[in-house]
Amino acid sequence: MFSIIKNRIKQGYKTSKYPLKEIMLPEKYRGLPSINKDCEKNTIITCAINCPTQAINASEQSLDLGRCVFCGLCEEISDGTFIKFTRNYKTGASDRRQLTLYSDDLKDLEISTNKYFKKLFGRSLQIRQVSAGGCNACEADLNVLNTPFFDISRFGIQFVASPRHADAIMVTGPITRNMKNALIRTFEATPDPKIVIASGTCSISGGIFRGSSEQLNGLDSILKADLYIPGCPPHPLTVLHSLLKYLGIIKS
Amino acid sequence: MDKNFIKIKNGENIKVNQIPYMEFDLFYENVLQLALNGYSIIHYFAYNDNFQTRLIAVFRKQNFLYIATTDAPDEYQNLTEKSIKFHNYERELAEEFAIKTINHPWLKSLRYHSNFLGKTDVFGNDYSNEIPGNYEFYSITGEEIHEVGVGPVHAGIIEPGHFRFNCIGEKILHLEIQLGYQHRGIEKQILQLKKSALPILIESVAGDTSIANSLCFSEAIESLANVEVNEEYEKIRGIALELERIANHVGDLGALSGDIAFLTAAAYYGRIRGEFLNILLEVCGNRFGKGFIRPGGSKFLININQRRLFLNKLKKLKKEIIEIADMLFNNAGVLSRFESTGIIETDIANDLGLVGPVARASNLFYDVRYDLPTGIYRNISIKVATEKNCDVMARALVRYKEILHSLDIIETLLNNLEGTKPNKNINYSLSPNSLVVSVQEAWRGELSHCIITDPDGNILRYKIKDPSFNNWIGLAIAMRNEEISDFPLCNKSFNLSYCGHDL
Ligand code: SF4
Ligand code: SF4
Repeated sequence: MFSIIKNRIKQGYKTSKYPLKEIMLPEKYRGLPSINKDCEKNTIITCAINCPTQAINASEQSLDLGRCVFCGLCEEISDGTFIKFTRNYKTGASDRRQLTLYSDDLKDLEISTNKYFKKLFGRSLQIRQVSAGGCNACEADLNVLNTPFFDISRFGIQFVASPRHADAIMVTGPITRNMKNALIRTFEATPDPKIVIASGTCSISGGIFRGSSEQLNGLDSILKADLYIPGCPPHPLTVLHSLLKYLGIIKS
Repeated sequence: MDKNFIKIKNGENIKVNQIPYMEFDLFYENVLQLALNGYSIIHYFAYNDNFQTRLIAVFRKQNFLYIATTDAPDEYQNLTEKSIKFHNYERELAEEFAIKTINHPWLKSLRYHSNFLGKTDVFGNDYSNEIPGNYEFYSITGEEIHEVGVGPVHAGIIEPGHFRFNCIGEKILHLEIQLGYQHRGIEKQILQLKKSALPILIESVAGDTSIANSLCFSEAIESLANVEVNEEYEKIRGIALELERIANHVGDLGALSGDIAFLTAAAYYGRIRGEFLNILLEVCGNRFGKGFIRPGGSKFLININQRRLFLNKLKKLKKEIIEIADMLFNNAGVLSRFESTGIIETDIANDLGLVGPVARASNLFYDVRYDLPTGIYRNISIKVATEKNCDVMARALVRYKEILHSLDIIETLLNNLEGTKPNKNINYSLSPNSLVVSVQEAWRGELSHCIITDPDGNILRYKIKDPSFNNWIGLAIAMRNEEISDFPLCNKSFNLSYCGHDL
């Protein structure tokens, strides 16, 4: 017992001050990309051809974050002249169309606070997570939100065991055919009103699995999402920021 | 005994026509003899070449791989009854290539999908129906027997799978694990993808094993493309693989602590795991090492500043890890839950073909880094961590020992870095009509990729075997005669991958 207390004192207080104090992610971290539309045409085309998930539209010089797996290949191919990843982790959006980035909109993406939801639930959100394909990195980094550093429960947000206790379902993975029914049943078991969150590029578009016949290219084909959180996987901060903004706990 | 097999090294490429061919009956006998005589199976799968379905068997004994091939029959008398090691492989053959193994004790679909050839389904499944399809769960009858079904959606943030327990009172008589919910069709998809997408798909086979998968893939591709890798990159790859191992092992110790409500250790280890993921983030921009390793080398280097920083950080973390472990492993409450729980005796672990920390905790001496070393592991000495008690405690201790050993390896490698330039994308062309088997010690154990190319150097077959493919059955067996309340703890002491298994 003594050693436990001693260790507790030594470990100190490890929870971050976020959102009061901004967290700076490392230089190499690939967050929100910036796009240079004046880049040489051929370079853009080469990027578009090589992009593993067809996230780049060469004629519009745009990039769809809902498809991007943040592999960095376009930045490498264009040597940063077309795409450059920034350290901005705020990549969530409440409108799917917003995820298509054009040049010079390196502003934060919009997440509109759900006023109705805010009023109804105050500052609390119970989330039932459903894993439906994918690679489990998304799930692993959601679990991290429960560790002392992020400590998501200090915001009234909790991951719960039963859909019956949930206000939201958060889906990861491209939705495998074998998980389709279980996902729908979980959704149905969640009482109204409820929101649906697509977390990770897989759940938005199928991600790297897009096109495989054993999955459904993401959530859209069966459920309408209220909040999109791109990333492969999204950094825990990206998820946290998106949720806090959706609940109006942090403001624009 | 292995004279009918070609003997090669890990990562060595051979021409397909160098692989000894046997008539099926002879192949059957030979394969069975090897399996019964201390050779372990790394692969046993089928592929289609010019409308002919072929079987490939890859065995390992000590430091070598042994390979042979035959033409696949439509059906044959099962091997599983003679050696349980074939159990999942034969189910997979039936599912992927409609090869029926007669009298197989449990011929049930493994991942629930239609076969690759468009043949009549062996299981009689209609895949528009829900998994598990046209097959009952194993069921025990009797007045006091009851069944408990859990999943596919579980209570925590974890992957989907279904567990069916047959219990008498609180005691588990039998556990059946039905997977396949994570099946994304990766082996089929690989054949359709453009080259630039391949490494990314490979990294998403199992995200917590991104680095090991990427390494397996890269070494296989390099072998087929005849590309030499600079030693500097080999060191960086070693660092990456060991970081992945530590992060996951530390996370596992935390999860085990959490499961028995020893929340202090759970919280500390949970946080420390994150520190290792953050090191990866700093080096390569992704917490799981996605985008780090590519054929030809590594996309990222570790500079002098980072090296100093990491060395200091690792020293501090090591101290913390040890302090917490002292607290954990000396706590009577912890010991009473960990010890004698979920035992898998050595000979059973061996018969089942278990791998990785789980096997080493049952006192089986095998670590790919030691037995089949490639890359930097050829130059450093590896201590294989084993334990004798075969229980949850042993599995925790093996992980703990491996964490400390990996920290030492990283320290040595960091100190030996010289600082060369990162590689550009190598534009690889693969040698035609060839086969390569690449094996790595992922944190869960033996991970292997096998690639076969066609006459144009395109990939004809890409077989992935995650250590979980071997080990899920171990969890089921470990649960027999245990209390159902010990399941979560045992499960965490295995911590197997659903997506790695389901592909
Ligand atoms: S970073 Fe995104 S847009 Fe760029 S190549 Fe990769 S997936 Fe495509
Ligand atoms: S989005 Fe990326 S990290 Fe998340 S499950 Fe899909 S492949 Fe894995």
